[in-house]
Amino acid sequence: MSEIHDPNAPQATSDLANTGRMDVSAVLGEERGTPLDDAIPQVVFDLNNVRVFYGDFQAVRDVTMQIGRHEITAFIGPSGCGKSTLLRSFNRMNDLIPGARVEGLLAYHGYNIYAPDVDPIEVRRRIGMVFQKPNVFPKSIYENVAYGPKVNGMKVNMDDLVEECLTRAALWDEVKDDLKKSAYALSGGQQQRLVIARCIAVKPEVILMDEPCASLDPIATAKIEDLMKQLAADYTIVIVTHNMQQAARVSDRTAFFTADVDAEGVRHGRLVEYGPTRRIFTSPKDPRTEDYISGRFG
Amino acid sequence: MTTASSAPGGLNPLRQTKPRYGEAIIKGVLVLAATVSLFTTFGIVISVLIPSLEFFGEISLGEFLFTTTWTPLFANPQYGVLPLVMGTLVITLIAIAVAIPLGLGSAIYLSEYASPRARRVLKPTLEVLAGIPTVVFGFFALEFITQVVLVNIFPGIQVFNALSAGLVMGIMIIPTIASLSEDAMAAVPGGLRDGAYALGATKRQTALRVVIPAALSGIVAAFVLGISRAIGETMIVTIAAGLQPNMTLNPLEGMQTMTSYIAAAGAGDVATGSIEYKSIFAVGLLLFVITFVMNMISIRLVRRYRQAYQ
Repeated sequence: MSEIHDPNAPQATSDLANTGRMDVSAVLGEERGTPLDDAIPQVVFDLNNVRVFYGDFQAVRDVTMQIGRHEITAFIGPSGCGKSTLLRSFNRMNDLIPGARVEGLLAYHGYNIYAPDVDPIEVRRRIGMVFQKPNVFPKSIYENVAYGPKVNGMKVNMDDLVEECLTRAALWDEVKDDLKKSAYALSGGQQQRLVIARCIAVKPEVILMDEPCASLDPIATAKIEDLMKQLAADYTIVIVTHNMQQAARVSDRTAFFTADVDAEGVRHGRLVEYGPTRRIFTSPKDPRTEDYISGRFG
Repeated sequence: MTTASSAPGGLNPLRQTKPRYGEAIIKGVLVLAATVSLFTTFGIVISVLIPSLEFFGEISLGEFLFTTTWTPLFANPQYGVLPLVMGTLVITLIAIAVAIPLGLGSAIYLSEYASPRARRVLKPTLEVLAGIPTVVFGFFALEFITQVVLVNIFPGIQVFNALSAGLVMGIMIIPTIASLSEDAMAAVPGGLRDGAYALGATKRQTALRVVIPAALSGIVAAFVLGISRAIGETMIVTIAAGLQPNMTLNPLEGMQTMTSYIAAAGAGDVATGSIEYKSIFAVGLLLFVITFVMNMISIRLVRRYRQAYQ
């Protein structure tokens, strides 16, 4: 794993903000410009015929796609379409489920993260994850943020790191006097921002978000969405969401998944269409995408 | 809402409900079932309390609790309960020293490391251990642990000794501690484990720094229940630790516990109503108070742990 590129190393500059962005329409109306081109300037993940199985059951059929650096990529689609399963294979969280396996090539900066000599612990340190339910640890706010750096043996000034991460997660001002309080005392939205602070404390390059706002009210959701847009300046974000407006509001690119039902009635997820969010939501190429985003099914 | 089918002359009068006798009978039976244990506990407290109070009418509470010679069956009887408390304490501590590390270790393995197949085999096997009669454990302690194992390690060991009783009692309560701790750890939401793994934590770091702290009150409750069982255990100590009250901390010597005194004196020919007879109840009351306090602690801990994720 030592061969993996340092995510912070300077790369060929292709600042997305300068690459042919245009002001987006009211539907997508947001200050973050979104790309219009299918080509991805800097590839973080390169998936080639990725298939995910639980035992004999194939949950995800051949997915081929690329995820761009410092972009927000949204996975949308109906329940059971495999989008969360696919997301969890990006940082090998599926390894924790007995019988789960991934076939095909899932490359991170050109390295197959499922190669036999790759340490899943190292993969997860570089590719963080935020879950649907805010899973704060039953510890203090401070200890929640400090947990990751501690288990990873990071030699840092912990107080500074905790402040930096909580500030980054737009939570510092709300909790700076209560750092020793239990994280359970926070509201759901604050807990989810704490989880994001905890995630960035281990300095990942990528943040995977599995329906991060599903259990939050609209105000807390708006805060998380703002936060995501700020974080996208420094992090690559992949978000699974059931909320199409959310995908439209925050993401640069959108991948639409759906489930095929085979002859035995078993559902297999597949990628239907992937492209710049603006195009997916305004002129989808596939009729199934159009049906889904216009609310005709799913 | 009205429909065409409603009666034109208005609603039919509501009929009076018929009394439902079956319901009343069922309710009575269930109330009875629920209160049997209540009445039994109450009855036990009364039947222990009355002879005990008579006992304390003759022997002062101070003499009972704070003197160190227990010879109720001698010509010149003395009623200092401390040797029995000491016997219980030493044997219980040995049992805890065995059961807590092994029980918690089993729980961590079963909950965090074992494959589903290993868990399916191991957990029921562990629980079989809880079903072995304590008299069998007692003879195992006396015949095997003492006379095959311990004599070769400690040549001076007495045939009846606290060590073998404590070791085997520890083995006996492993399933209690392992099973309840495992339940507590299994009740920790999977999301917490995912959160730890997603930060690059190893299995060990996840188990020790996230799962165990989250399950801690349940685990402590398991310990307390295990300790309560050890304090109340009678058969193993009667068989393996001997019946000699002994004010010592040396586990290689024989000792008598509170429970084995009750068993031995109760089975012997003690005249009903005599002071020796009443001493059985006094010791029983002390035992009851100790285990009651332990159980209250455990109930309180379990309650706190249940609230943790609501």
